[in-house]
Amino acid sequence: MIAEAGLAALWLAAGLAAFQFFLMILALRSDVEVTRAMRSIAVVQGTLTLVAFGMLLLVFARSDMSVELVFANSNSAKPFIYKVAGTWGNHEGSMLMWVTILAVAGAFVALFSRRTGERTLIAGLGSQALLALGFYAFLLIASNPFARLSPAPPDGQGLNPLLQDPGLAFHPPTLYLGYVGLSVAFSLAVGALLTGEVDARLARAMRPWVLGAWILLTLGITAGSYWAYYELGWGGYWFWDPVENASLMPWLAATALLHSINVLAARGALKAWTMMLAVIAFSMSMVGTFLVRSGILTSVHAFAIDPERGTFLLALLSIYVGAAFILFAVRGATLKEGAPFELVSRESGLVVNNLILSVILGIVFLGTLYPLFVEAVSGEKLSVGAPYFNAVAGPLALVLAVLVGIGPLLSWRRERRPVLKQLRIPALIAATALAITIILAPGIGILPRLGLVVAAFLAAAGILPLVGRNPLRAPLATWGMVVAHFGIAVALAGMAANAAFTSERLAIAKTGETLSVGPWLVQLQDVTPTAGKNWTAIEAQLRASRGSGAVTLKPQTRYFSDPPTETNEAAIRTFWNGQLYTVVGKSDSSGGWQLRLWWKPFVTLIWLGGALIALGGALAMLGRLLRMRRRQGASVDWRRKSYA
Amino acid sequence: MKPKNQRLVLVSAALVAVLAAVLLAMWGLRDRAAYFYTPADIAAGKAAQGQAIRLGGMVEKGSIHREPDGVTIRFLVTDGKAATPVVYRGIVPDLFREGSGAVVEGRLQNGIFVAETILAKHDERYMPPELGNLAAEHKAGKTLEK
Repeated sequence: MIAEAGLAALWLAAGLAAFQFFLMILALRSDVEVTRAMRSIAVVQGTLTLVAFGMLLLVFARSDMSVELVFANSNSAKPFIYKVAGTWGNHEGSMLMWVTILAVAGAFVALFSRRTGERTLIAGLGSQALLALGFYAFLLIASNPFARLSPAPPDGQGLNPLLQDPGLAFHPPTLYLGYVGLSVAFSLAVGALLTGEVDARLARAMRPWVLGAWILLTLGITAGSYWAYYELGWGGYWFWDPVENASLMPWLAATALLHSINVLAARGALKAWTMMLAVIAFSMSMVGTFLVRSGILTSVHAFAIDPERGTFLLALLSIYVGAAFILFAVRGATLKEGAPFELVSRESGLVVNNLILSVILGIVFLGTLYPLFVEAVSGEKLSVGAPYFNAVAGPLALVLAVLVGIGPLLSWRRERRPVLKQLRIPALIAATALAITIILAPGIGILPRLGLVVAAFLAAAGILPLVGRNPLRAPLATWGMVVAHFGIAVALAGMAANAAFTSERLAIAKTGETLSVGPWLVQLQDVTPTAGKNWTAIEAQLRASRGSGAVTLKPQTRYFSDPPTETNEAAIRTFWNGQLYTVVGKSDSSGGWQLRLWWKPFVTLIWLGGALIALGGALAMLGRLLRMRRRQGASVDWRRKSYA
Repeated sequence: MKPKNQRLVLVSAALVAVLAAVLLAMWGLRDRAAYFYTPADIAAGKAAQGQAIRLGGMVEKGSIHREPDGVTIRFLVTDGKAATPVVYRGIVPDLFREGSGAVVEGRLQNGIFVAETILAKHDERYMPPELGNLAAEHKAGKTLEK
């Protein structure tokens, strides 16, 4: 009954979404008063999707094998947390989660949005309903998560062991919240283009959504990167895998949008530009979903290879993106450009930021889709990987990182202050960093060296907006910007240090034998069998020492039975100046074991930087929310006074 | 700047960005995309020496041979028509076995494929599409032979 209830809730939600869209058309063609009706419908629709998702959670938690999806992706021997997380560790469940977030986001807009004009709100809610409707159709027609199996099999087939990891429980929901949070920016932009009300009010209504989505995307990407780093056992943090790119592209677009939206909110300028970015940002989310969910890619993320679903998703994507771009082409030109600004100004700086981010986005987009394109045209198969992305996007990212240090020093409209003078100290620090790397590490590559230098420059220049004023008095939004920009410097330093200074050792070792990697001596002490709830493993005991003090690491190779799979569980030990990363492989006939050891100086800075970037976003968000609240409080006071 | 000029500048800037992205991507893709080849393609001399490519097929039964250093292996990748010798230094991935499918990334050097990465299929559900087609062809070929 539970599955049927979920399915019924989904059908009802789809019906309501259709009605909601119909009301929008009605309202825009005549002056019927529908705002309250639309608000309630959106809330009910969101609640119904929550019910449907809750039902799916329940059948997974109870291991109800009569539901086909549970049978195919779960197993009663799995730990409970992975049974629950298994709900979204598969195609149908993750699409249900996607549409649930979409509808709930719509409900939140309906409940809390008081800032946009009424007609724009109606048009935005209608657009959100239309978006949801397509994904309801996709679920109900091509990917029903509640389909039953008769007779019910005794036990399920299990979940890919790579996905049985605490990271799995949080990584996809975080990214999905980010992806789908951008849908609100998309819908509000579509709404504003329909009504022509593109102004600072709209920007302020969009901003919390974009900021929130961007924070979650940042966290999701950072966590995903760390997950790949420790779970895959390859010692890398970013592989330029199409699925990683699928999450990077919306992030790049959202980063650009986040900056241009500030221009629109503060100065009323960059109207068409910001609307365009809002459309692109969510389009990239949909492209990402299409890439990951259509099964045209090879990856742990690609759950099912089913051409029908891929075609369905592609059709949805083309309709939505196409319609939004046509709308933009028709209405974008009619928008009046806002307040003018000089060539050297904060606005121009943000335009340059947007341009570089857009070029990087284009490069990632083209590189990711090129193999699909070539195969469709000529049937030739190829892959595009790190050599392309690093060589083409890397230098641009460095240029951008330099400008990140300069842009925030410019003032709105027209620059009058001597900015270059302020940059003397950061420039000096960068020069010192260059000299130090040349003396201490003459042999490192040009990109890593520049990365270290730029990171030093940005770390110093990034905090300048707080210098010369009382830092405690500075607005939280400014603090947020400074922390986020500093985070970029930290992450960049981590990437450059990892590229420049990593030592690697791959060898076979017998028990008692010692290998050296970087400053470390690593002794293989023993290899023993061990077991967990649904796996068995061999575990190596490694004793690592440098100078005084020693630590023990225990990497494993795990064997899962349902489905039969092996995984390498790396053992990683973090120190203040880097990580020791160890993997155990196979044994050879003479009783030796393959060991792969890495010493990665300062590699943790990469994820620390990511976390700082997200923290900066959170500070800015908090600042905006507090300010909003204060303003609302003030207006209430004012109203009270006027009544009295 | 006047608003009208401002819009003109912004539109041209956007166009320049799009153009720059396309040009940079084309330049980068020209020699950095790794093409996928089968052993038969390599036997026919289709793949250039020294260029990053991908090779896909089945690991031939009885062909895995381990070097004395314990971490270098040699094996043959076959598609039923031809076989390419591969050398790889590293820990082979989960489920890399004789008789099962694998895609290797690397370069051809003097007729030997020097692999940098081995992508073996994790299980039936995560088979690379290239291999999926190959396996299908393989089966089709066998049925024809019968």
